[in-house]
Amino acid sequence: MIFTHFLKKGLTWPITLTILVILASAFAVPFLNLYLDTAHPLHIPNHLVGLYGKYLTYALLALALDLVWGYCGILSLGHGAFFALGGYAMGMYLMRQIGPRGVYGDPILPDFMVFLNWQELPWFWYGFDNFWFAALMIVLVPGALAFVFGWFAFRSRVTGVYLSIITQAMTYALLLAFFRNDMGFGGNNGLTDFKDILGYDIQASATRAGLFSASAIALALGVLITAAITSSQFGKLMIAVRDAESRTRFLGYRPEMVKLFAFVVSAIMAGIAGALYVPQVGIINPGEFAPANSIEVVVWTAVGGRGTIIGPIIGALVVNAGKSWFTGAFPEYWLFALGGLFILVTLLLPKGIVGTVRDGWAKLRPAKQPPAQDDQNKTTASKSGSQPQAAE
Amino acid sequence: MTEKTNSLLYLDGVSVSFDGFKAINNLSLVLQQGEMRAIIGPNGAGKTTMMDIMTGKTRPDTGDVIFAGDVDLTKHDEADIATMGIGRKFQKPTVFEGHTVEDNIALALAGTRGVIATLFHCRSETGEGRIRQILDTIRLSHLRGNTAGNLSHGQKQWLEIGMLLAQDPKLLLVDEPVAGMTDAETEATASLLRDIAEDHSIIVVEHDMGFVRELDVKVTCLHEGSVLSEGSLDHVSADPRVIEVYLGR
Repeated sequence: MIFTHFLKKGLTWPITLTILVILASAFAVPFLNLYLDTAHPLHIPNHLVGLYGKYLTYALLALALDLVWGYCGILSLGHGAFFALGGYAMGMYLMRQIGPRGVYGDPILPDFMVFLNWQELPWFWYGFDNFWFAALMIVLVPGALAFVFGWFAFRSRVTGVYLSIITQAMTYALLLAFFRNDMGFGGNNGLTDFKDILGYDIQASATRAGLFSASAIALALGVLITAAITSSQFGKLMIAVRDAESRTRFLGYRPEMVKLFAFVVSAIMAGIAGALYVPQVGIINPGEFAPANSIEVVVWTAVGGRGTIIGPIIGALVVNAGKSWFTGAFPEYWLFALGGLFILVTLLLPKGIVGTVRDGWAKLRPAKQPPAQDDQNKTTASKSGSQPQAAE
Repeated sequence: MTEKTNSLLYLDGVSVSFDGFKAINNLSLVLQQGEMRAIIGPNGAGKTTMMDIMTGKTRPDTGDVIFAGDVDLTKHDEADIATMGIGRKFQKPTVFEGHTVEDNIALALAGTRGVIATLFHCRSETGEGRIRQILDTIRLSHLRGNTAGNLSHGQKQWLEIGMLLAQDPKLLLVDEPVAGMTDAETEATASLLRDIAEDHSIIVVEHDMGFVRELDVKVTCLHEGSVLSEGSLDHVSADPRVIEVYLGR
């Protein structure tokens, strides 16, 4: 009851519209892919379904970053780590699903373990043959890391650029750790050669369409929850912490707890995004922990507009569509283009695409002020009207 | 030690130094329940540091800081102390610039402060009534929906006082409330503080002597981290040591 009220509060019309568009794509894209003839002009080929699905997981990752950066002022340069951890948890499940179909035919051990002459499964691989266990880990592992990291960082009042640097160090440390063969996560090569997911062939176009829909639904849920959090009293408190942290302390709030909650929720969203990303691209390797990846997420969010819900989604889609086109046309120049884009957006559109459009919209409609006041008068009138009723 | 237990705030022998510089030096101060006190003193007298100690921002090296008779404030942090009932207005007005006037008050409104409580918070009728009443008191009702960042300097000062009221503290620490205000605004602020003082204890730090005279309360003059003189404004301003400190030798 209180929870539905909480979720409903976030549903302004732009948010509702965004959720409906995302959910519509969850049905439309698989339909256009599976049921239309390949010659039909609206047919979406298989490889594009996978590509769009990947974009949606990136959008969810950007939304997760925006929750902590745009709303709470925590510039995390290590969100790729939570994404990759969720991805590894999913990858471990997919590895265990291969079973005896690996190159070496071992019924339990994944190929890379056989190759390393390991005799038995390490303890931390137990349970990953069950999907429910993997699903739990997809949420728990990034959440727990964010909790421990945030607990120490926020309680020690590490803020600003120092916090950004240690988040970057965190993802870099994980990168180095996962590169090691004896960590037991496939080292340099990572986890790949997946066969099926929940019993369905992972290469089949119906499965890929299903993964696309799952990504779209996850993104829609992410939007719903982010909107609910940011429009609650807690959301206002997050912005207050972002703008004047010590003031909230003197009002009796504990900003470290506010940040910790936002950081953990965000890490869980990033982990889920990573888990949906892996089966669609077919591989997870330590490269996903690369600091540059996390920085790229910051660029998407800045381009789209931080501190808005729709911004990071637009940013992730636009920049990645641009990247797909650009790396095809001028492969050597992509990083220059990305860097240039970040500089241009910072200089010319500091509020990002969505923030700029919204400001422009507000300027075009200055007449909006009087009706808002009217509304207020109405509510006060209705309230004073309700008081005598209560007295009766 | 009846003074210790009967008073609202009791400071005894408090000292704190930063890198060898004694910002507060053996300071003792007693504030009674319901009292309003003005603190004056030249720059660097330790006025703001004293407030930092009372609100848990700075820990004293030695000395007792007792609130409401039995709470040792040196053992608590800012959030704890704020919840116990000490509210603070900063020298530079600090409001949440991105939020509306209404939301600034709503965030300060007394209530639970936990994550889950704020996440599922719904404003009650009484909360709504309190907000309306506070906005009336600080004369910002007509600006309720405006962004706090767009307020004038004086309005921000009032908004911050309004946030203090919303916290409903037992003790208000008000640091330079009329800095940068016009004469009319200063006068209005003095009458506002006198109204608030009817049911709250207040410590006001201020440079503006005209304003202090208007408040018409007991005055404490600080100098080099300790109390130089205490009494009515006439008594303090006639004290030769105070004159010496203010005018130089």
